[in-house]
Amino acid sequence: MDVTKTGAGGQGAVQLIQKYGIILALLLCCAVLTVISDNFLTMRNILNVLRQTSINGILAIGMTFVILTRGIDLSVGSVVALAGVVAASFATTSASFIPGAPWPAAAAILIGVLVGMACGGVSGVFVSRFGVPAFVATLGMLSAARGLTLLYSGGRPIPALTPEFRWIGTGSAFGIPIPIFLLLGVFVVAHLVLTQTRFGRHVYAVGGNPHAAKVSGLPVMRIRLMVYVISGALAALAGMILAARTGSALPQAGTAYELDAIAAVVIGGTSLAGGVGRVSGTLIGALLIGVVNNGLDLLGVESYYQQVIKGALIVAAVMLDRSRNKQE
Amino acid sequence: MQPVLDVENLRKSFSGVPALRNGRFRLEHGSVHALCGGNGAGKSTFLTIVMGIQARDGGTISRNGKPVSFTSPADALANGIAMVEQELSPVPAMSVAENIWLGREPVGFLGRIDFATMNKRSQDLLDGFGFGIRAETLMMDLTVAQTQLVEIAKALSFDAEVIILDEPTSALGEAEAEQLFRAIRALRENGRAVIYVSHRLSEIFSICDSYTVFRDGEFVQDGAISDIDKEELIRLIVGRSLNEEFVKENTPGTEKVLEVEALSADRGVSGIGFTAHKGEILGIYGLMGSGRTEILDRLFGLSTTHGGQIRIGGTEARILSPKDAIALGIAYVTEDRKGSGLVLSGSVRDNLCLTTLERVSNLGVMSAAREREAAARMIGELSIKTASDALGVSSLSGGNQQKVVLGKWFLTAPRILLLDEPTRGVDVGAKREIYRVMSDFARAGGTVLMVSSETDELLGMADRVIVLKDGRMTGELGRSELSAEKLLHLAV
Repeated sequence: MDVTKTGAGGQGAVQLIQKYGIILALLLCCAVLTVISDNFLTMRNILNVLRQTSINGILAIGMTFVILTRGIDLSVGSVVALAGVVAASFATTSASFIPGAPWPAAAAILIGVLVGMACGGVSGVFVSRFGVPAFVATLGMLSAARGLTLLYSGGRPIPALTPEFRWIGTGSAFGIPIPIFLLLGVFVVAHLVLTQTRFGRHVYAVGGNPHAAKVSGLPVMRIRLMVYVISGALAALAGMILAARTGSALPQAGTAYELDAIAAVVIGGTSLAGGVGRVSGTLIGALLIGVVNNGLDLLGVESYYQQVIKGALIVAAVMLDRSRNKQE
Repeated sequence: MQPVLDVENLRKSFSGVPALRNGRFRLEHGSVHALCGGNGAGKSTFLTIVMGIQARDGGTISRNGKPVSFTSPADALANGIAMVEQELSPVPAMSVAENIWLGREPVGFLGRIDFATMNKRSQDLLDGFGFGIRAETLMMDLTVAQTQLVEIAKALSFDAEVIILDEPTSALGEAEAEQLFRAIRALRENGRAVIYVSHRLSEIFSICDSYTVFRDGEFVQDGAISDIDKEELIRLIVGRSLNEEFVKENTPGTEKVLEVEALSADRGVSGIGFTAHKGEILGIYGLMGSGRTEILDRLFGLSTTHGGQIRIGGTEARILSPKDAIALGIAYVTEDRKGSGLVLSGSVRDNLCLTTLERVSNLGVMSAAREREAAARMIGELSIKTASDALGVSSLSGGNQQKVVLGKWFLTAPRILLLDEPTRGVDVGAKREIYRVMSDFARAGGTVLMVSSETDELLGMADRVIVLKDGRMTGELGRSELSAEKLLHLAV
């Protein structure tokens, strides 16, 4: 009996680590950094981490919708750039080929979001209507959107954005940068959509078993299309925040951003096999990546090492996830 | 002669809960021995211990009189025990011979695989047992039954003396099953011993020599099949006497509910015409690939129209998607519970509410209270055995999973229920409960279309049966003229 009890206790600890592992890892990182760096636990640095996380966080939340349906969106990095340059072209005071520019910031942002939705929509149609694997459809979009960005901008940055437009990247309210509010807003809405709405149930059902979802009368094609549109829209938002922050839209912006976004989703416990996961996990995954990057910066670790460490983190997180699934 | 496999008092507990308390099994040379029991009887635990997948807590396993203990399936295989799993996993793009010798390919000069030897050895093996398969064929070109035969051949290539078949006919039609049975008989004639696990009693009576029954993790009884009848075997498996295997209390009415005329469907199914009435259970019989499922798929809008007419309640129905079908009051319990019935990553409640999300939400926002209420209603009505509606549906037994699928559809308040192999992989006790649900539905005025490969089930439940062959209707039999021979005669 004693043996079983010890076994059960040990198992309990393992399960605890597996269930809250990511949160624990995040807290542990924060604790360690607080101890070894005086600069970590300062208001300025914390806000800095959150602001830096906002772009990847927003991308990763969109990515979560896609991955929950067994898909993947490799195009988000390119959509970041395309939406950024298109929106910027409407919000720049420098000589522009858009008549009447600069337009009001709201109009420019709306146009940017529509561009992102269009990109997501095209990928989504190929995936849902024509059955092209998500990997291939969005890989195509990755290339195409980057090409369109270069064509549209002539390969040159679009500088001199209006202060109103730049507000979404550089502004702040109550001492907190606007991008952090945007991330929080996106998170809350996404969380509510996934947990409290019919559409959320549809997303989980389609990811969990597309055949059962179809037989149950769910509009599987529309749901598949919608998640790419959502991902595209959020990628556009992230792209505009990036352009606003730097003050000009760069055609090469967002390169390889899809990898960090996927990493955040996966570290956050969402299964690449679909149907299982949460945006709260994704948010924590994005924060963990942000904190690790920041900590390594503070410690003066070379950025090349940072990539290696991030790689190890991703694989470790997925290993944890695999062992949890195996147990179930 | 010593028994080829003799298991005594096998015990196994999981975190203090006994899954097997007194596992006993005596397998003789040249026999086909049925291992019977409901879900949770301890059969799987027993088999996984014998195969060395799990360690035992106590008890002995003797092979030809010598005590043995295996630590892995490879170990069991080396000692002449092989298991053909319920779900097969061949390498589809490789040939039969390559699959049989996978990892043990005979090699020649410089490590080159000696294909000639490999193919010849495989062919000898396949021919020796009359399996009728060519060794060079690609696995993906084989039928499910042939794939199983290759698995058996693979076991034989290890010189296995004991071959365990776990639910081998669950994916087979009747003709294919017959091919498998011939192979099993050939094994017996060659002195091999077979442990045959199946929920289908008719199969057990047609090919097994002896039986062992487990119930609630304990050995109950064993003996020769010739000394027992079906009723007694059911009593042993279920632990109480089921007076009747089937429950049938409906009487078909005359009101026409579903009329089908000159209907075509996928895979060349055409010229289908029948009428189903209020309160009727209409059976559909045919061999695998005869177009049974295709008809249900068409009626449910899962395939596109190929012509023909469907009338529901006298009015012409255009059914282009499951959504259309559901709106017309049709429900469809598909053949593949895990593949297209359940979202296995979801909870019991999620699955029950899947078809009626509109009703348990306001303007797209879910109402947790109404979801729980709907789930509780179905769990009660269908007596689904689950600790909580928040439990993952994958943790339920096959029978209870099937009830979740039925519950999901009953929440839509259907008029027409399409059932494709409704009791596949369901144990005897739960089978009867599913028959009761079916009968109650029809008695309350519902119309049931039931596809089944089991003639017993059709004889027990159907008011009328239409028979298909190669996508055409070959006959229609009323309840009074139903017999297994007539069904089979029309089907082949």
